[in-house]
Amino acid sequence: MRYAMAIDTAKCVGCGDCVVACQTENNVPHGYCRDWIVESVSGSYPSVQIEIRSERCNHCDNAPCVRCCPTGASHIVEGGIVMVTHEECIGCGACIESCPYDARYAHPDGYVDKCTFCKHRVDKGQDPACVEVCPTHCLHFGDLDDPNSDVSKALKNRDWKVLAPEAGTKPQLYFLT
Amino acid sequence: MKSRRQFIKISAAGAGAAALGLHSLNVKGLSILGKEDDVGPVSDEEMTPYPTYCEVCFWKCAGWAYVDKKGKLRKIIGNKNDPHSNGRMCPRGTGGVGMYYDEDRLKQPLIRETGSDGKDYFRKASWDEALDKVADKMKEVAEKYGPEAFGLFNHGTPGGHLEHLLRAYGSETNAEPAFAQCRGPRSVAYYSTFGAYIGSPENTDIRDTNCLVLIGSHIGENMHNSQVQEMSEAIDKKATIITVDPRLSTAASKSKYWLPIKPSTDIALIMAWIHVLIYEDIYNKEFVDKYTFGFDLLKEHVKNMTPEWAYGITTIEPALIRKTAREMAGAAPAVVIHPGRHVVWYGDDTQRERAMAILTALLGAWGKRGSLYFAEKKSIPHFPQPEYPEPEWTWRDLNDGKYQLATMGVTTEILKASIPENNPKHQVRAWFVGGTNLPLSMPDKRLFSKAADSVEFIAVMDTMPMEITGYADVILPEATYLERYDFIRSAQNRVPNVALRMPAVEPKYDTKPGWWIAKQIGERLGLHEYFNYDDYAEVIDWQLKQIGTSLEEMKKIGVKEFPRESGPLYLAEGEDFEFNTNTGKIELYSTDLADLGFDPIPVFKPHPEPPPNYYRLIYGRAPMHTFSRTSNNHNLWDLMSENNVWINPKIADMWELKSGDFVWLKNQDDVVSDFPVKVRVTERIRWDSVYMVHGFGHSNKKLTRAFARGASDEDMITNVAIDPIMGGTGMRGNFVTFLKENPNKREEVES
Repeated sequence: MRYAMAIDTAKCVGCGDCVVACQTENNVPHGYCRDWIVESVSGSYPSVQIEIRSERCNHCDNAPCVRCCPTGASHIVEGGIVMVTHEECIGCGACIESCPYDARYAHPDGYVDKCTFCKHRVDKGQDPACVEVCPTHCLHFGDLDDPNSDVSKALKNRDWKVLAPEAGTKPQLYFLT
Repeated sequence: MKSRRQFIKISAAGAGAAALGLHSLNVKGLSILGKEDDVGPVSDEEMTPYPTYCEVCFWKCAGWAYVDKKGKLRKIIGNKNDPHSNGRMCPRGTGGVGMYYDEDRLKQPLIRETGSDGKDYFRKASWDEALDKVADKMKEVAEKYGPEAFGLFNHGTPGGHLEHLLRAYGSETNAEPAFAQCRGPRSVAYYSTFGAYIGSPENTDIRDTNCLVLIGSHIGENMHNSQVQEMSEAIDKKATIITVDPRLSTAASKSKYWLPIKPSTDIALIMAWIHVLIYEDIYNKEFVDKYTFGFDLLKEHVKNMTPEWAYGITTIEPALIRKTAREMAGAAPAVVIHPGRHVVWYGDDTQRERAMAILTALLGAWGKRGSLYFAEKKSIPHFPQPEYPEPEWTWRDLNDGKYQLATMGVTTEILKASIPENNPKHQVRAWFVGGTNLPLSMPDKRLFSKAADSVEFIAVMDTMPMEITGYADVILPEATYLERYDFIRSAQNRVPNVALRMPAVEPKYDTKPGWWIAKQIGERLGLHEYFNYDDYAEVIDWQLKQIGTSLEEMKKIGVKEFPRESGPLYLAEGEDFEFNTNTGKIELYSTDLADLGFDPIPVFKPHPEPPPNYYRLIYGRAPMHTFSRTSNNHNLWDLMSENNVWINPKIADMWELKSGDFVWLKNQDDVVSDFPVKVRVTERIRWDSVYMVHGFGHSNKKLTRAFARGASDEDMITNVAIDPIMGGTGMRGNFVTFLKENPNKREEVES
């Protein structure tokens, strides 16, 4: 089993609903977020293109945050989800520095926090909160080993890219282009 | 001279002062629920969902407000059976929790007093005292001038309760910015063409369209939920999207064709499209022959309106105009020429909307799958009450013979009639304001200020200390939509449906539901017969039972659909159809407009251009905010805390400005923005225009997060082009330049 997410940049309007839904689902403190929106603009008027991406932890196969964690708080669970055990985290911040996606933040309560793919929901067969709320249906989640999962189907017929492939992290967020 | 109605920026009497401390904690992080409740996610099964429909915008999506075992509101999730949300709230609906938790909310009734230092301040009052004061003033106005002199500015469900109160009292002197500052021209244009309104949610069949044409409409930035969802579906189905916009909007970036038009020239483009359809003989002949009136007149009218003619006006290349016209013809009748929503731009907006309606008719894109469908709504019987008294005059009389096609009150006419120097035929002496923040939603602030200064009394009902509350004599703090019963939502759609809003949580602070406030005042005025219930739940239950359901059932399901009674969604092939117009046909040539002396077929007329070093101010929406209403909502503020002014890189170079710099804006009438606004240098905007998201630049310090964040585009809108057909206020004829030094240094902001 390998959980992954595909983000359809052709449909994302950058509304930020994924960010608010994550905030209310996971009680993320105000001023912080586990997912966010990036807009990149290229070209010059009137030949301009924009790409809008909903980004979050890439739940990498080769996760530098896990390798550098001195206490083992950062770890990978079944399905490839990268988790942080808050009680074991000493807040040293090494993981924050090592992440090429800037996906982690120091929670005001003294530990490092980030996207969990809403493991508490996924374990019950639900989609992550961001996926379930997205008005444009641009987020697809599921098990890459299951050819009938939403994410497998989304990746099947579309071109995609990953972010910072040069970092060698084997990220599991796929951006449909 | 001291203004009688001194705008109260801060509360001397302590109301809301505590909130500042909380705000400063933000940098360290403040849990939504407070530290003791910082327990991470709670599973849905451990919570109780209460049905609601959203009041963060007018789309009114139905959802479930989840409350945990400690009675804390945790999250709001869409109702899967609701056609407005389809189970997915938009960011504002999801962030509705922030409206409930906002520590800057109005917390108790407030009454204006003048202190010994001559300064006005708000004093905390009991509900009885505040309600007595409003009722006494209403009695006084009725006795001295007649109830008609008590005007109402309203919006949404809170405004609806006040409208009921004012009608029972004998006044129909009401208006909402939703008409003359928003979609009025659309209503009038489509009614005069098709004899039918577009309505809300719009009856656009985007889900099944082959071609979506957006003229200045920025779906995706306007987060009208089901419409955004359908556009996404249309993208999946490879529908062609054609977007006309001087700015690369989000929708434009997803379009096959983006027409980066010179602002204010849309009518020329649309007429050229019409020319191509007719003279290339690619319009829908069968449809036009059967259903329309005035084709030959139209054909003659557009004879010389060629794409080459339009090129010189719009800067859109003739080949592109032809190509896009052919795309539409090829996709017809499954084409949506989107009528837009906020369409008061240049004062000839009814005519532009008419041009869009005519284009729609030529494509046969009416009553067909993938075009505009026949929407239906469930009719809800009125709770038993006496007839409303007949006022001696209404908002119509304030138009004084102008704007004969206006279907709702014109806000600016009520403002003008509030000023004695204007010698109004009927003078408005007092206002009730509910659910609308006039200083940030009305153009021409001088008119607003003068009118506010002239009236004897202003009562404001709101949930937040919006700018309008600073002008009030009495402030009535309303509970948020999550804390109250309200009208049954019955809006048009493919399938008629109703939705319930009930309290998920008790009202925070000393706030009360709008229905309760209206009733209390009504009882004081001896209008009990109009408020013959103790709890609004009784009204809802009675109404629901009339339509075959009940409050009990609706509490479990939230949304209920009903079978259609008006017939199918679409016209059948060759079906005879009588349009509700003078000719019984779709009027390409409008007999109504001809009778009133207006152009019966739209004519392009040039609009003023910006003077040197000035840029046309274009404004719009951001998907995570509803104008000024949400800018202080902590969840949404986290996503966007201020607006920027978008400037083309060429212009930025000229001014030596870079992204992140602050500038003050000055308009053509030398009006300067209160606050500086951050520059965003971007290729997404034309060189002759700048763009801002509307609703920022709050001047009320009680909005501790939103205060002084960004600049108010509305303040820059002092030149208003009035639509002579319906009184709309065209607001895109304003030009701004940049000031790099603080021009307001002399006037220290009160603190």
